[in-house]
Amino acid sequence: MEQSIALSKSAALQEPRIIRYLLTFIALAFLAFFIVLPLVSIFVTAFQKGVEVYFAAITHPDALAAIKLTLIVVAIAVPLNAIFGVMAAWALTKFNFKGKNLLLTIVDLPFAVSPVIAGLIFILLFGSQGLFGDWLFAHDIKIVFALPGIVLATIFVTLPFVARELIPLMQTQGTSEEEASISLGASGFKTFWYVTLPNIKWGLFYGLILCNARAIGEFGAVSVVSGHIRGMTNTMPLHIEILYNEYQFSAAFAVASLMSVMAILTLIIKDIIAWKSKSV
Amino acid sequence: MSNVSLPKKARRIIPGFHLSLGYTMLYVSLLVLLPLSMIFIHTMSLSWTEFIAIITDPRAVASYKVSFGTALVAGIINAIFGTIIAWVLVRYQFPFKRIIDGLVDLPFALPTAVAGIALTSLYAPNGWIGQFFEFKIAFSPLGIIIALTFIGLPFVVRTVQPVLQNISAEVEEASASLGANRLQTFRKILLPELAPAILTGFSLAFARALGEYGSVVFIAGNMPMKTEITPLIIMTKLEQYDYTGATAIAVVMLVTSFVLLFIINFIQWLTNRRFVH
Amino acid sequence: MKKRNHIFRSLALLSVLTLGLTGCGTTSEENADGQKTAKSVELLNVSYDPTRELYDEFNQDFIKKWKDETGQEVSIKQSHGGSGKQGRAVIDGLEADVVTLALAYDIDEIAQARDLLNEDWQTEFDNNSTPYTSTIVFLVRKGNPKDIHDWDDLTKDDVSVITPNPKTSGGARWNYLAAWAYAGKLYNNDETKIKEFMNALYSNVEVLDSGARGSTTTFVERKIGDVLIAWENEAYLSLHELGKDEFEIITPSLSILAEPPVAVVDKIVDKKGTREVAEAYLQHLYSDTGQEIAAKNYYRPRNEDILAKYKDQFPQLELVSIDDFGGWSEAQATHFKDGGTFDEIYVPQ
Repeated sequence: MEQSIALSKSAALQEPRIIRYLLTFIALAFLAFFIVLPLVSIFVTAFQKGVEVYFAAITHPDALAAIKLTLIVVAIAVPLNAIFGVMAAWALTKFNFKGKNLLLTIVDLPFAVSPVIAGLIFILLFGSQGLFGDWLFAHDIKIVFALPGIVLATIFVTLPFVARELIPLMQTQGTSEEEASISLGASGFKTFWYVTLPNIKWGLFYGLILCNARAIGEFGAVSVVSGHIRGMTNTMPLHIEILYNEYQFSAAFAVASLMSVMAILTLIIKDIIAWKSKSV
Repeated sequence: MSNVSLPKKARRIIPGFHLSLGYTMLYVSLLVLLPLSMIFIHTMSLSWTEFIAIITDPRAVASYKVSFGTALVAGIINAIFGTIIAWVLVRYQFPFKRIIDGLVDLPFALPTAVAGIALTSLYAPNGWIGQFFEFKIAFSPLGIIIALTFIGLPFVVRTVQPVLQNISAEVEEASASLGANRLQTFRKILLPELAPAILTGFSLAFARALGEYGSVVFIAGNMPMKTEITPLIIMTKLEQYDYTGATAIAVVMLVTSFVLLFIINFIQWLTNRRFVH
Repeated sequence: MKKRNHIFRSLALLSVLTLGLTGCGTTSEENADGQKTAKSVELLNVSYDPTRELYDEFNQDFIKKWKDETGQEVSIKQSHGGSGKQGRAVIDGLEADVVTLALAYDIDEIAQARDLLNEDWQTEFDNNSTPYTSTIVFLVRKGNPKDIHDWDDLTKDDVSVITPNPKTSGGARWNYLAAWAYAGKLYNNDETKIKEFMNALYSNVEVLDSGARGSTTTFVERKIGDVLIAWENEAYLSLHELGKDEFEIITPSLSILAEPPVAVVDKIVDKKGTREVAEAYLQHLYSDTGQEIAAKNYYRPRNEDILAKYKDQFPQLELVSIDDFGGWSEAQATHFKDGGTFDEIYVPQ
């Protein structure tokens, strides 16, 4: 696809050179001011007090506990949302039914709900004064201010990512291949596994990675349900806030830079995937 | 575009309708609708007049203006520059393009608090960028706009990019061979094609910006009536143990988001239909 | 067929994983539900922002003391945040054994909302259950370029003030009341004049952060503002941690006696079986070592002898107390509730 565009680019289809340079300059300058500079400032502050402080910060037991917690949360939330994403995309793209737009909007809703509200709703549901509060207290089950609450808030915030990535993809692919497979006698599941899945493989990966990145970084919603217990319910973003509030700016940014590295790594993996999916 | 509308009967051949729809409904009911309904249930304990009094309180109204205004400006900035960035990334070649392309997603991945702190230290009066300006950037509405632009940037770029990639060169060639210059081709041919995507990206960025909290509190200055955003009003009410007040404001925000998203999906549905027929 | 199994297996695994993790929380709790015989016990101290350094040091001391006296290992978990936010977390189910918050109002709220502790909790320990106190002072830039000495200097046109939002920060409420008390004395409690004074002061506020620590960062790191209204202990800490040559502390003529109280959360300790160690923990704050640690972390100790030892650090000044405002519930209702005097200052009537 890209190649054909590149080949057919005749002079009439190109902007004057000066416009091309100008646009490229504007785009790069914008990205420099809004993305590269903040990123650079994070790394500069992180290393301000030297490499030793940096490594001390990221190997501190509380930091390690935060990293571990974040990874556990991601390991639960992302697969659940992936399964949901595939299911939702299947229902929303392979069939026509009433209220489809409404359902689509509901799936999107967590995108637009303020993180503050996203945390609050789980407090209202599972907090001691909430709907299930008394029952949970009596049975000594902890949801909010413990792992399950953090997982729930993360699932809520990252819920649309996989579905959102798959829906447009499966929409353009249509239903003809699946129909052919079914009419040749394949079971529904086989059809999904051998026909649909290979088609959406890369989109699924891409959605997973975005979902993963967002799950690692979620701050607002998790902050409301975490309880901020050091070494227990602090995720990485919350640990950064704590260090910052203790005037340990370098340490805070050290952990932040670690998160940036994780983010950039996932983005590179995503990029490789995007590139591979094109060459397939 | 290979999406051919099929007669209804043929469509039902595909199995799994009940399973997938049922699962989807169950999942969103348990994880989205039930939790969100708590906001409405809590607000119910207020009488209508109390509810109106809370949501029309001068400070709350001022915060809607701040949130709405800054989110709108940030959305417009993103619509313009996001489109330019998408254009440059799809059409032009330059060094490190792949890395730069990847960086666009960074705001998705970076914790909002970290983004807020980093942007504040850059744009504060003694920051790398802030020191070059006579006026205040951080701790003014400008600061909020900057944080919201950062948060919303990927939305426009990532919705415009694929559409731009899919526009076939033939259309542009045809336009050029009919004597249109580049600007005319862009205005008459490309822009209409891109408009729905730009609008979708804008609305997503806008909706996300309305609710943003983590990055804004650091950079806003949080002055009542001036730089206080609506999510902060919810937080202040919570800190005062005023749950119903907080949920009342939350209802206003939720309804706004829902309407916005519904409009977006409607636009997309309209454009999809146009392609099919 | 094989692949289908694979999918189902991973689905099953996932659900087990989710359930298992939820279950984990409970089982480990039951183990910790130790009687005195248990080898180790865990305490959760839910506190507010500026006490991190204090409890870091104090916890080490208590762990040693408890081990020496009973042979039992105690591990103390800390949670810090804005006082109101922390109080709310405890109400909503954060299972704190002890709370050490910025103001009595937040603990009153916990007592009222869920009966987690008795309403007369403030009589449980000495001195209104406040083992240490503090007051509100000013932090200014080195050399005091704006010549700030007392509260009325903060209302001058060219002075820019940094203080947190009293609605979101417990500490900021002490700041507000201290200024109010000064104006009250100045104008013989003429309420219109006091409000004018407060209006002039808060019009000079350049950044209203949501918490005390945010304000300090704005003043110290971003170099915004001429004066930071802060807890005495916070002011000393920033002086110590962030630059002795850059700032100095100004003590106003009149301020407020800030009493950050402590309490054992009855219902939680009874459920967890940690009452004895929780009470000993808070009692230890009143011991000589506890008071010494408080003084070292710039809190004014209750113990007269230890206070005398640190008298250079804690200058004498006229102090009003929260009782002059009719106690916290009244102060909260008059000043900080929606529509209270703080809103009046900001909202044009």
